[in-house]
Amino acid sequence: MNYGRLALPVLALALAPLLPGIINRTKAVIAGRKGQPLFQLYFDLAKLLRKGAVYSHTTSLVFRAGPVVGLISAAAVLLVLPLGGAAAPVTFSADLIFLAYLLGLMRFFTVIAALDTGSAFEAMGASREVQFSALAEPVLLMALAAIALAGQSSGSPLHGLPFCLSVIYSRLSLATWMHSGPALLMVAGALWVVFLAENSRIPFDDPNTHLELTMIHEVMVLDHGGPDFAMILYGASLKMWTLGALLAGLIVPVRTGNSFLDAGACVLGLFVLAVLTGVVESVMARLRLTRVPQLLVSAGFLSTFALALIIWS
Amino acid sequence: MSVATSNIFSMSNGQAADIANVTGMSLGDFRSSIIEAVKQGLRISALFGQPIEEGRLRLWAVLSHDARSVVHLLHADLDGDRYDSITPDCPQAHWFEREIFEQWKVKPCGHPWLKPIRFHAPYGQASQGRAEPLPEIGVTDFFGIEGCEVHEVAVGPVHAGIIEPGHFRFQCHGENVFHLEISLGYQHRGVERKLAGGPDRRTIHYMETLSGDTSVGHSLAYSELTEALSATSTPAKAQVLRGVALELERIANHTGDLGALAGDVGYLPTLSYCGRIRGDVLNMSALICGNRFGRGLVRPGGIGFDIDGDRRDELLRRLDLLEKDLSVAVGLLWNSSSVMARFEGTGTILRRDCLAMGLVGPAARACGVEQDIRRDMPHSIFQLYQIPVSTCPTGDVFARGYVRWLEIQRSVAFLREQLRGLPGGAAQLSPRPLQPGRIAVSLVEGWRGEICHVALTDSQGKFARYKVVDPSFHNWFALAYALRGQQISDFPLCNKSFNLSYCGHDL
Repeated sequence: MNYGRLALPVLALALAPLLPGIINRTKAVIAGRKGQPLFQLYFDLAKLLRKGAVYSHTTSLVFRAGPVVGLISAAAVLLVLPLGGAAAPVTFSADLIFLAYLLGLMRFFTVIAALDTGSAFEAMGASREVQFSALAEPVLLMALAAIALAGQSSGSPLHGLPFCLSVIYSRLSLATWMHSGPALLMVAGALWVVFLAENSRIPFDDPNTHLELTMIHEVMVLDHGGPDFAMILYGASLKMWTLGALLAGLIVPVRTGNSFLDAGACVLGLFVLAVLTGVVESVMARLRLTRVPQLLVSAGFLSTFALALIIWS
Repeated sequence: MSVATSNIFSMSNGQAADIANVTGMSLGDFRSSIIEAVKQGLRISALFGQPIEEGRLRLWAVLSHDARSVVHLLHADLDGDRYDSITPDCPQAHWFEREIFEQWKVKPCGHPWLKPIRFHAPYGQASQGRAEPLPEIGVTDFFGIEGCEVHEVAVGPVHAGIIEPGHFRFQCHGENVFHLEISLGYQHRGVERKLAGGPDRRTIHYMETLSGDTSVGHSLAYSELTEALSATSTPAKAQVLRGVALELERIANHTGDLGALAGDVGYLPTLSYCGRIRGDVLNMSALICGNRFGRGLVRPGGIGFDIDGDRRDELLRRLDLLEKDLSVAVGLLWNSSSVMARFEGTGTILRRDCLAMGLVGPAARACGVEQDIRRDMPHSIFQLYQIPVSTCPTGDVFARGYVRWLEIQRSVAFLREQLRGLPGGAAQLSPRPLQPGRIAVSLVEGWRGEICHVALTDSQGKFARYKVVDPSFHNWFALAYALRGQQISDFPLCNKSFNLSYCGHDL
């Protein structure tokens, strides 16, 4: 392990809660409101950590394990997550599968913790979450595979570990974009859909709604409070950072070879992504729940088509 | 005149009559008259019990004949504690008969779903000293569906947002709703009982808080009722300003609803604009009477606050700004395909079902039913100025939103004309005492729909019975009905498109 590269996870742990702040601030500005402070999530986390937690008698150990496993998984993902051209501290072949499955583990524990409460609402949210993420996961894997192959075909030397995220992203450059731009644009579109869907943003989910019956992600965590809820919020912001970095690393092809500059450009791209998310939430309504799978499947087609385009071009 | 109603007592909206003149009839005739009249297109505006001597109960019905602008009154005395239910032949009576069962422990035999709609001790009980244990609040049998894949979702009475309490029980198959049952009664305050023996100093304040967002509508219905019962006329200026207040209330609430509809589908621009604009409209009410909800404005005999020329000009100026801002904010809704995709085809009610259930207000007009008290039963200023009836044929969430927008525009036109031609003269006459032994009916088109107040005076000129029917009373069942076959995630949107009052229903 390269200890110098540990700066990337540390950066993520420190800056991730800023992303929801930027989204909310963007929405406030567009709506003409003053809005909440940029650092609101940090204040919320500090507040929640000072609180006690209340547990229902019907819940078991699973309910308490949910937030802990969720946060640990989200944090572990950061070990293999490159920021643009800057490599992650841990690299091994096919670590993109590791990333996808850690996110899956996080989801699995959130879902079984929700089911553990025995509440009809939470089970409803769990059912929706599982249905939608089952459709979003292949989109993510297809998209990453497409990026991996695009980097190879652009003529950069075939070295390093196969399907390793840090290698994939370090190979991606302006030249790759010149070579297979349309396919990468499709991949970016598919990743954008995954980013919005997996982070429960509009048009898939409404993070601000108070209406239990329409919630997807929020309803699963209704029964968590205090430090548990803080772990869930923090874990969610890390997940947003992770999926955002995968997209920002693609659309910001700054590869100077200087890790500081590369990572900095990627973080900047992440912030722009957060602003874009805020803009989307300000100008469009949520999809009807029955339409969500259609959009996710479309994204799946998009990434598969991009993959095919890269293979046979 | 039709056969069914030819021999039934009739009068116009806002008039009073001697109770002795109203023809009583046998229970059988009472039942068949109501069923026949509703078949011919009349609506049940009120159906309630009044205790008469020896613990017996008299059933009263108020039937509105919109096409002829008259209300029919009929009553029948009950001999026992049961009678043949009207509901199987006339679904409009469904909720009313459950209320009669709840209040007087009288059983409508053959009622398909007989249980109280609120949780309080029957009214008859206290006077007779029969102390039964109070019904436990919220505990009741719900309609259930059995099957291994059917699941039940219970929502409320405590909700995640700051809204009134009500319990909703969904029978679902996956995301699809088979059946929804709504259980209300958590806001019951016993207002109707407190109103008997009045009017006193509290009465007008009860009226203004029957449903806080309909202060003007209910206080107007009450004022017109007492003016009819005391044969007091209202000055022209007061009639105009009451109309102005009523329409301001309509604009404010419709604006808020359109914003909330946008909010429920996560569409922020209209939500943000309408939230602000609603405040501006409420401030216009405050400019007239100092209260944003129009409290203290409508009083028996006139209005509590007169307005001068400067205020009138200021109102006209704000009206122009309001119209401009609102057409931009609401226009965004109809022009966003993502919003329309959610509104169209959601929570559809057919015109046929709307008529059968007896819906009122924008919910009825959104099913293409032309029905508006301001036109059909004109009273005070609406006898001189006719506001066009706004309808939409589709019966879905979009229709209920769009009807609100049409009504806003027409109310703005009304306000502009009325404020420009504001008559002079006195604004308030001192009300006279109520005449004994009379009955009066007052219908007002509140922003939610038909508000019906019925009062009977005793030999001292006090209220022997005061019945309030809030428009929500007619429409709650329609919300449950609209959810059948819908997605459970669309419930909040459907709910908002009706935006019914809990406290106005529970009273």
